[in-house]
Amino acid sequence: MNNTPVLKVQDIHKSFGNVEVLRGVSFEVEKGETKVFIGPSGTGKSTLLKCINQLTIPDRGNVWLNGREIVHSHVKINLYRQQMGMVFQNFFLFDHLTAVRNVEISLIKVKRMNRKEAREKAMEELSRVGMADKANSYPAELSGGQAQRLSIARALAMDPEVMLFDEPTSSLDPELTGEVLDVMRKLARGGMTMVVVTHEMGFARWAANEIFFMDEGVILESGPPAEMFTRPRFERTRRFISRMTELYAEEQSDG
Amino acid sequence: MLRGFNAVYDSLPYILSGIPITLGLVALSIALGLAIGVPMAIGQTYGNKETGRLISLYVWLFRGLPNLVLLFLFFFGVFPMLGIRLSPFVVAAIALGLRSAAYQTEIFRGAFLSLGEGQMLAARSLGMSKRKAIWNIMFPQAIRVALPGWSNEYPILLTDSSVAYAIGVMEILTRGNQMVTRTYQPMPIYFTCALIFILLNFGGIRLIHMIENLIRIPGFGREEQ
Repeated sequence: MNNTPVLKVQDIHKSFGNVEVLRGVSFEVEKGETKVFIGPSGTGKSTLLKCINQLTIPDRGNVWLNGREIVHSHVKINLYRQQMGMVFQNFFLFDHLTAVRNVEISLIKVKRMNRKEAREKAMEELSRVGMADKANSYPAELSGGQAQRLSIARALAMDPEVMLFDEPTSSLDPELTGEVLDVMRKLARGGMTMVVVTHEMGFARWAANEIFFMDEGVILESGPPAEMFTRPRFERTRRFISRMTELYAEEQSDG
Repeated sequence: MLRGFNAVYDSLPYILSGIPITLGLVALSIALGLAIGVPMAIGQTYGNKETGRLISLYVWLFRGLPNLVLLFLFFFGVFPMLGIRLSPFVVAAIALGLRSAAYQTEIFRGAFLSLGEGQMLAARSLGMSKRKAIWNIMFPQAIRVALPGWSNEYPILLTDSSVAYAIGVMEILTRGNQMVTRTYQPMPIYFTCALIFILLNFGGIRLIHMIENLIRIPGFGREEQ
C-alpha cells in the first residue's frame, strides 16, 4: 500500500466531436510530489485535469486515487472529488458568498461540519494563503491575486490528497502572479501532492519533480526539470521552453 | 359633482375591503408561480432533454392563453369536470398562478443561464452533488440576477387580477362595479378603483426595491452597471 501512487492516470482519451483532444495520456504522482504539465495552448492540458476528477468524463482510460479506480464510479465520485482539490484559471469563486463563506460552504454542506468548526477551519485556511484580513470581502471586491489565493484556500479546506492547478496564474496581471506562486511554493514545500498546468517556467523549474511536455494530446516527453530545461530530446520542447522562459523574463524585468 | 363625491364617499369602505382580496389573489398567484416556476427553470437548465421539452410545452401553452380564457376554462370547465368544487377566489389564484409560472420559468431560466458553467464546475469539484450545487450555489445567485425582471410579475399580476371579476371574486373592480350599478356614478367610482390599483402598484414596487437592497451583494445587480 505504501508504494501505491496517490494518483495514477492511464491511457486517457477524450474527443470533442471530431477533435481528439487527448490521445492516450498516462502518468503517476507519488505522495508529496509536484508534477508540472507544460505545452502550447489547446493541447489538452486543462481537459486532462478535468478528466482526472471526472468533471469531464474520459472516453477511454482510467484514473486511480490511492489505488481506487474512480472512472465510472458515479455513486462515489462526489466522495473522490473531495480528495482532489481543484484550482481554476478563472477562479470560479462563489460570487454571492464572502471569502470565508466561500471556504466554509463545502465544509458545512459536503463534510457536514458544524458551523463553528467550519468557520474556524475556514479562517485557518484563509490565514494559510494570507487572506484572513479579507474574510468578509465578496469576490467582486478582490484583486485577481487575492481571488486566486482564496480559491486555493477553498480547495485546501477539504484536506485533499492531491491538488490540481489549471493554469492558476494565466488570467492574472503579471505583477499579481508572484503572490499566487508564493502560496503554491509554500504548499509544495509543505509536502502537498500537486499536479500543475502552467506556463510559469520559473515555478516549473523550482517545484517540479517531473515536467511533462504535452503536444497534440499526448505527452511528447518528460523528465526532471534539469534535464528538460537543458537538454530536451525534442526540438519542439526546447523551442517552447525557451520562448516561455523569455516571456517570463520579460515580465520579471517589466515588473 | 356633489353626487359623485357622495357616491364615492358611501362606496369607499365597501371598495376598500376588496384590497385584501385583490392582494391575496396577487400574493397567492405569485407564490404559486414561484413554487412551480423555479423548479421548472431548474429542470429546463439542468435537467435532461425530455424534461426540458415538457417544460417548454407548458410555457408555450400558458403564455399563449388569454387570462380570461384560462379563467373560464378552469372555473366552468376543468374543475367542474373533475368534480372539484372550489371557490372563485381559489380558481382565480390557480389560473393566474399557473400562467405566472410560465413567465417565472422564463425569468429564472435566463438567470440560471447567465451564471456560467464555472460556478457549477467549482461546486462539483468540491464534491457537491448536482442537487447541492444547484441549491447552495446556483439558486442564491440566480434569484439576485432574476429579481429586477421578476419584480415585473407584481404589477402584471396586480392588473391582471381584475379579470377575476368575471367569475365573481369580490376583488376591487367587482365591488366597484356593484357600486356603480347602485349609484349610477361610473366615472367617480371607476376613477377610485383606478387610484387604488395605482397606489397598490406604487407601494408594492417600493417594497420590492427594499428587498432588492436588502439582499444586494457586490458584483450583482444595479450597483455595477
